[in-house]
Amino acid sequence: MSTAAPATATETRPTKKAALSDRAKGERSLGWKLAGPAFVVMLLVTLYPIGYAIYLSLFNYRLTDPAGRKFVGLQNYITALGDPLFHEAFMTTIFIVVVTLIFELVIGFGIALLMNKVVIPRRTLRTVVLIPYSIITVVSAFAWLYAAQPDTGFINHWLHTLSFGAWNENYDWFGGRWSSLFIICLSEIWKTTPFMSLLLLAGLAQVDGSMEEAAKVDGATWWQRLTKVVLPNMKAAIMVATLFRTLDAVRIYDNPYVMTGGANKTNSLSMLVGQETVGRVEIGMGSALAVLLFLLVLIIAGIFVKGFKVDLTGGGRS
Amino acid sequence: MRGRTPHRRGAAFIAASALVASMGLAACGSDSSSGGTPTLTWYINPDVGNADASKGGQATLAKECADASGGKYKINVQLLPNSASDQRLQLLRRLAAGDSSMDLMSVDPAFSTEFAAAGYYAPVPANLEAQFKEDRVQSSVDASMYKGKLVSVPFWANTQLLWYKKSVAQKAGLDMTKPVTWDQLIEAAKQTKTQIGVQAKLYEGYSVWINALVASAGGKIVDNPGATYQDIKMGLDSAAGKKAAEIIRKVTTSGVAGPAVSSSTETESLGLFDSKSGGFLVNWPYTYGALAATPKNDVGAALYPRVSKDEESKPPYGGIQLAVGKSSKHVDAAYQAAACITNLKHQTDYMVKSGNPASRKAAFDDAEVKKAFPNGIAALIRTNLDNAVPRPLTQYWGDISTALQQRFSPPQSVNDKTPASTQKFVLDVLKGKALL
Repeated sequence: MSTAAPATATETRPTKKAALSDRAKGERSLGWKLAGPAFVVMLLVTLYPIGYAIYLSLFNYRLTDPAGRKFVGLQNYITALGDPLFHEAFMTTIFIVVVTLIFELVIGFGIALLMNKVVIPRRTLRTVVLIPYSIITVVSAFAWLYAAQPDTGFINHWLHTLSFGAWNENYDWFGGRWSSLFIICLSEIWKTTPFMSLLLLAGLAQVDGSMEEAAKVDGATWWQRLTKVVLPNMKAAIMVATLFRTLDAVRIYDNPYVMTGGANKTNSLSMLVGQETVGRVEIGMGSALAVLLFLLVLIIAGIFVKGFKVDLTGGGRS
Repeated sequence: MRGRTPHRRGAAFIAASALVASMGLAACGSDSSSGGTPTLTWYINPDVGNADASKGGQATLAKECADASGGKYKINVQLLPNSASDQRLQLLRRLAAGDSSMDLMSVDPAFSTEFAAAGYYAPVPANLEAQFKEDRVQSSVDASMYKGKLVSVPFWANTQLLWYKKSVAQKAGLDMTKPVTWDQLIEAAKQTKTQIGVQAKLYEGYSVWINALVASAGGKIVDNPGATYQDIKMGLDSAAGKKAAEIIRKVTTSGVAGPAVSSSTETESLGLFDSKSGGFLVNWPYTYGALAATPKNDVGAALYPRVSKDEESKPPYGGIQLAVGKSSKHVDAAYQAAACITNLKHQTDYMVKSGNPASRKAAFDDAEVKKAFPNGIAALIRTNLDNAVPRPLTQYWGDISTALQQRFSPPQSVNDKTPASTQKFVLDVLKGKALL
């Protein structure tokens, strides 16, 4: 558990590269033999489509017009990056990511603390908390859609009652961009907070109780214990949770698709890819957008791994 | 999951197996390698009875034709989704993948050209061509052509009429026996404090309205429908396009189009007409049967409204074409089935049972049809069909339509610059210089 161990490892690594002992060589070749086939299959399954998409993105190519296929180089990327619709979808996606992430982290952490403290009925509580996460996203999207619609929904009805009639009972949630996004974010938060809280709970469980006790004895307040002891010790868990959630949210599709279908400027990037590729069968432009989305995901993952300075393979301590 | 009773679980299991079974059927619908009778798969759009063969819809025609074929073929019916765009997607995906079960399809004419241009259709046999064109209203034949060749079979044809309440027209002093213009309608609605039902939500129906207005003003949205995206010429940025935009703005901003015009489809506009404040409505013939609150003797139908007094109106054309997929293993049998499905008796039966007008002229003289569409509505539909103009028969109609809807939304904000900016946008989109 000493923090010096990884440091020495990194120092000796370059010299290790120079000469491998016979045993290490044997180990390595055995490792390749064991994992090789799976690795090749994985490459075929993932790398080939990715490469094909990159190749296709250099063409102006419509599936229903194979004769009109034309090599255009990076024109699709230039068009996409300069297009107001792309900017709109990008902003919408980032908005959803930021808003949902903040709320999910805070609420999820609260639930994790609760689950960590509660002893009786721990199992039941964890099951109940997980229910929203176990519901298929499309189903939950429809549930929220019906809840928010003026004719079938109860949200307006309740707001109307709770505000003593000040709230318009026929308010059209999906009539405007921000009100639509509000419901979309709400349903996202409701659905994926359990996932966050579960990951954070795993992190909380790792925190050494004796440290907390020591801090308590030293007279630290609850807030100080949380920020100085608990949070630093579960950095890896927080990073995993936020990274997973961000990458998930960046690719959001089903929720806005079901609720608005992209009306009122609520298109997400994934929906844009879907519209171009599936709806308009513009395979070239669709692939270019898909590649851009892929790059965005890579960049975000890179920023996280660099920013958090956590070595995920090194037992969660840096 | 806990808490599920065994009974419920049983039901779910049955539902799931039914689903899997139906998928299996869809997947191997035309696989009849076991010899004997080939089974054709017919993808139908939802209609009366859907896949139920006892209601007189397409499923009934399928059964009757299979029985009449004397064992030459069987027909298995598969139901497509409700909305035209979803239908297009499902057909397009299967056609693009070369699905061999695409024996017969009910295709919306708006998207039929796209499939024909992509070479997804099996060519129409020369010996059947005359039969497929026989006695059809011109608009249905126009909609089945691509580059001068018949590519699909006219099955049923649809058009919009102007529906009005006789009491309202009388109060406004409108003589409905003569053709009326949009301006007259707006005036009459203002005067009587009633509403005009139109379709202006962001969906295909809005493009139908826009196209009808442009055509009625003597223009064309696309000048050369067969052209590729490099050479396509549009006629939206024209006097006719401006006239159409002006009418849309007038109708939607003078308070005569109901409170929710920007989200009204056929259903909503019909509901508006059926309410107390309804006065006029442009909609398909199913309207007559769907009205619930309005007494039938107060409902009148007239020719589609004109844009200018002395130019005939060009009503929208809709309906369904039958097409045969190129990868089908039973092209000949499929075209024989299409001939049977679209014969006079079947078209007449179908019109009576489903309310979808025939493309054959003779059907409109049938006594049963006249009973189903009383007060001269049957004859009126035929006249309208003769004048009807299909949406531009270009393979890019899907894109053009989406762009039109987007740029003309919300309808209240349409002005005389809208046609020009829309035209520029459409051309950019088609050339890959803008996203849609």
